[in-house]
Amino acid sequence: MSTQVAETSTGISHAKLGIWTFLASEIMLFGGLVSAYVILRSGSAHMAIPPREMMGVPLATFNTFALITSSVTMVLALAAIKVNDMKRFARFIGMTIGGGILFLCIKSYEYNHKWHEGITLSSNLFGSFYYTLTGLHVIHVIGGILLLLYILVTGLNGAYDAHNHERVEAAGLYWHFVDLVWVILFPILYLL
Amino acid sequence: MDTHGHGHDAGHGHGEPTSFWRKYVFSVDHKVIGIQYLITSFLFLLVGFGMMMLMRYQLAWPSPPDDFDPEKMSLVRSTIAKIFGDKMEYGFMRPDFYNQLGAMHGTIMIFLGVVPLGVAAFGNYVLPLQIGAPDMAFPRLNMMSYWVYLVGGIVMMSSYFAPDGFPQSGWTSYAPLSIVAPPGQTVWCIAMVIIITSSLLGSINFIVTTLNMRAKGMTLGRMPVFVWAQLVTAVLLLLAFPVLEAGALLQLLDRVAGTSFYIPKDMMYGSTVFPAAGGGNPILWQHLFWFLAHPEVYVLLLPAMGIVAEIIATNTRKPLFGYREIVGSMVLIGILSFVVWAHHMFLSGMRTSLANLFVTTTLTISVPSVAVLTCLLLSLRGGAIRFNTPMLFALAFLPMFGIGGLTGLPLGFAPTDLHLHDTYYVIGHFHYVVAPGSLAALMGATYYWYPKMFGRKMNETLGKIHFWMTIVPMNFIFFPMLFQGMWGMDRRLADPTLQWHNLPVQGWSVIMLFAACVLLLGQIPFLWNFFWSLRHGEIAGENPWNATTLEWACPSPPPHGNFVTPPEVHRGPYEYSVPGHKTDYWPQDEAA
Repeated sequence: MSTQVAETSTGISHAKLGIWTFLASEIMLFGGLVSAYVILRSGSAHMAIPPREMMGVPLATFNTFALITSSVTMVLALAAIKVNDMKRFARFIGMTIGGGILFLCIKSYEYNHKWHEGITLSSNLFGSFYYTLTGLHVIHVIGGILLLLYILVTGLNGAYDAHNHERVEAAGLYWHFVDLVWVILFPILYLL
Repeated sequence: MDTHGHGHDAGHGHGEPTSFWRKYVFSVDHKVIGIQYLITSFLFLLVGFGMMMLMRYQLAWPSPPDDFDPEKMSLVRSTIAKIFGDKMEYGFMRPDFYNQLGAMHGTIMIFLGVVPLGVAAFGNYVLPLQIGAPDMAFPRLNMMSYWVYLVGGIVMMSSYFAPDGFPQSGWTSYAPLSIVAPPGQTVWCIAMVIIITSSLLGSINFIVTTLNMRAKGMTLGRMPVFVWAQLVTAVLLLLAFPVLEAGALLQLLDRVAGTSFYIPKDMMYGSTVFPAAGGGNPILWQHLFWFLAHPEVYVLLLPAMGIVAEIIATNTRKPLFGYREIVGSMVLIGILSFVVWAHHMFLSGMRTSLANLFVTTTLTISVPSVAVLTCLLLSLRGGAIRFNTPMLFALAFLPMFGIGGLTGLPLGFAPTDLHLHDTYYVIGHFHYVVAPGSLAALMGATYYWYPKMFGRKMNETLGKIHFWMTIVPMNFIFFPMLFQGMWGMDRRLADPTLQWHNLPVQGWSVIMLFAACVLLLGQIPFLWNFFWSLRHGEIAGENPWNATTLEWACPSPPPHGNFVTPPEVHRGPYEYSVPGHKTDYWPQDEAA
C-alpha cells in the first residue's frame, strides 16, 4: 500500500472509505425504490404482472451473465495492476467496459421490444416500476462506463502502479455494486 | 509533504490560491466554503422569515371586517396590497397564495436554512479545525457541494415563476394532492433532488474527514461533542436522504411521465377520473417522505446539541457532565431515529398493532434525548458561569428544547395525536424544537466562532440586545400556538375564523404578529453587529474564550492549511479547572 494510507487515522485510504460511504447511500436509494416495488406488488390489487414470455427471460439471463463477467474482468484488472502488468490491466479494463456496453445494447433492444409489446412507463404499475428501476440502474451503468474510461485513459498515461491503485479499486467497488443491483433487480422483475 | 495523499481530488491543485475567484468564490478551502454556506443560509432564513411575517399578518386579520373601508387602509396594508397585487387584494391573502407561502416557508427553513447552517456552515468551518485536520478529505467535492446547494436553492425559488407560482402542497408534499398540483410542484421535486445531491456530497466528505483525518492522538473518545454530533448527523443524512430522493423521483414521474405510483385506481379529480392507470398508493409517499423527514428532525437538532455542549463546557470552566453519556445518547438517537417515522402518520390510518410499535419506539427515543439534556443541565452545576452572548443562547436552548421535546410526547401517543395532529399544537411543538431550540443554538454558535472566522469578537451589548429580542418574542409566537392547538384550531388554514370554534383563540394571532415584528426588529442589531464587528470588533487572539479544543490552537482566522505545525492531542476535549494546572483550561494540544 502506498504512503498516504499510513497517513489516515483509520489506515484506509480516503478514496476507499469515500466510495464505501457513497455505496451505503446508493443502497438506501435503490432500497427505497425496491421497497416501494415490493410493497405495491404485494399490496396493490392493480399490479398486473406480464407473463414471463413477454419479459424475455433468456435474453435478460444472458445480460446478467454479461454484467457478471464484466465484474470478473474488473477483479482481474485490479490484480494485474497490483503486479504492475500494464498490458493485462488495460486489456481487462477494456473488457469490463465492453461488458458494460454490451449490457446497454441488449437493454436498449429489450426496452424497444417491451415498449412495442405494450409494456410502457405509464401502461400500468408494473411497467412504471420496471422502467424506473432498470432506468436508474442503466444511468448507473453509464456512469460506471465513464468512470472506467477515465481509469483506462489515466492508467495508460501511467497514473497507477503496484503501489498506487486506490482509484482503480474504488472504481471496481462501484462497478461491483452496479452489478449487484442488477443481480437483485433481475429476479424481482423477471423471475418472480 | 502532501498531507492529503492521493485521495480522489485532494492532492492536486490544492496549494494556496492566488486569484480572487479561486480564493473567495470557487474556493476549495473548507473555511471559505463554510462562510459561503453561512451567508447563503442566513439569506435563505431571512427569506423564509419574510414569508412567515406575511402569513402571520394574514392570520392576525384573516378577512375584512364588516365595516372595512378600502379608502382608509393602514399604510402597512396598502403597501402590502400594492406589492402583491391580486395575490393579496386589499392586503388579504388569497388562500392558494397562503398555501404557497406555507409550503415554501417549511421547505426553505429546513432544507435551505437551518440544515445548511448547522451542518454545512459550522460543520465545514469548525469540524476540520476541531480534529486538527488541514482541510476536508475531498476539498473539490466540498466546493461542488456548495455550488450544487446554491443551484438547488435557486431552482427552488424559481418555482415562483411557474404558472400558479410556488408549490402549494406543503413542505411534506403529500400525494395525491401534490400529483394534481400546478407545475410549481414539479420544480419542487427537481430542486429537492438537486439539494439532496448536495447533501450527499457533503455527508460523504464529513464522514471520511472525521474518520480519516484526525490529528495524532485524536482518538474517537477525545473528539469534541460537536464532532460527534456532526458525524452522527452525516450518517443520518447519508442514509435517510436517498430514500426521499427515491420518493421525489417517483413523484416527479407521476407528475410528468404518467406513472401512478401514488395514484389510486380510478381516483376522482374534480368531477372526472384522473387520467392515469392507477393502482398506486398515496400512503407510500408518506412512508418514503417520513423515513427521511424524521431523521431530518435530528439533523436539525444534533448539531445544535453539539454546539451547546461546546459553549457550556467553555463558559462554565468545568468538564462536561457525562461526555460518554452524551456521545452514547447521540449515537442512540441516530439509530432510533430510523424506526420512529410512522408516528407522523397515525392520522393517516394504520393497524393498531403497528401504531403501538411506533408509539413505543417514539417514546424510547425520548430517553436518550432527555439524557443529553440532563447531562447539559448538570454540567452547569458548580460552574463559574460566564454569561456572555453565546452562553446566553446556549442556556436558553435548554428550557426551550425542553418545552419542544416534552410537548412532543402527547404527539407520540397515538390516541392524543389523533386530536392534536392537524392543529396548531404540532406547529407550536416543532417550532419550539427548531426555532428557540436549534436556531438559538446556531446564533450562539455564530457569536462563539465568529472570532475564529474573522479574527474579531462581536459586540457583547448588541449581542445581548439581540438575545433578549429573539428569545422573548419567539415564546410569544410559539407558546400561544399550543393553546390554539389544544383549543382545536386547524393548521394550514388561510382564514381560521371561517370555523366558528376558532374564534375564542383568534386574539392570540394578533399578539403573535406583534411578537413576530419584535423578532424582526431584534435581528437588526445582529446584522449590524455582524458587519460592524468585521472591522471594529475587539481583536481576538488565537483563543479568546480560553477554550481547550483544537480550533483555538490555530491563528484567527486560520491560514490556508489551518495549523502552523500539525497539532498533537494529549487529552480529552474538556479539561477545565484541572487541579494543579497553571491555568483553568488545559488545551488538548498542550504538551504535558
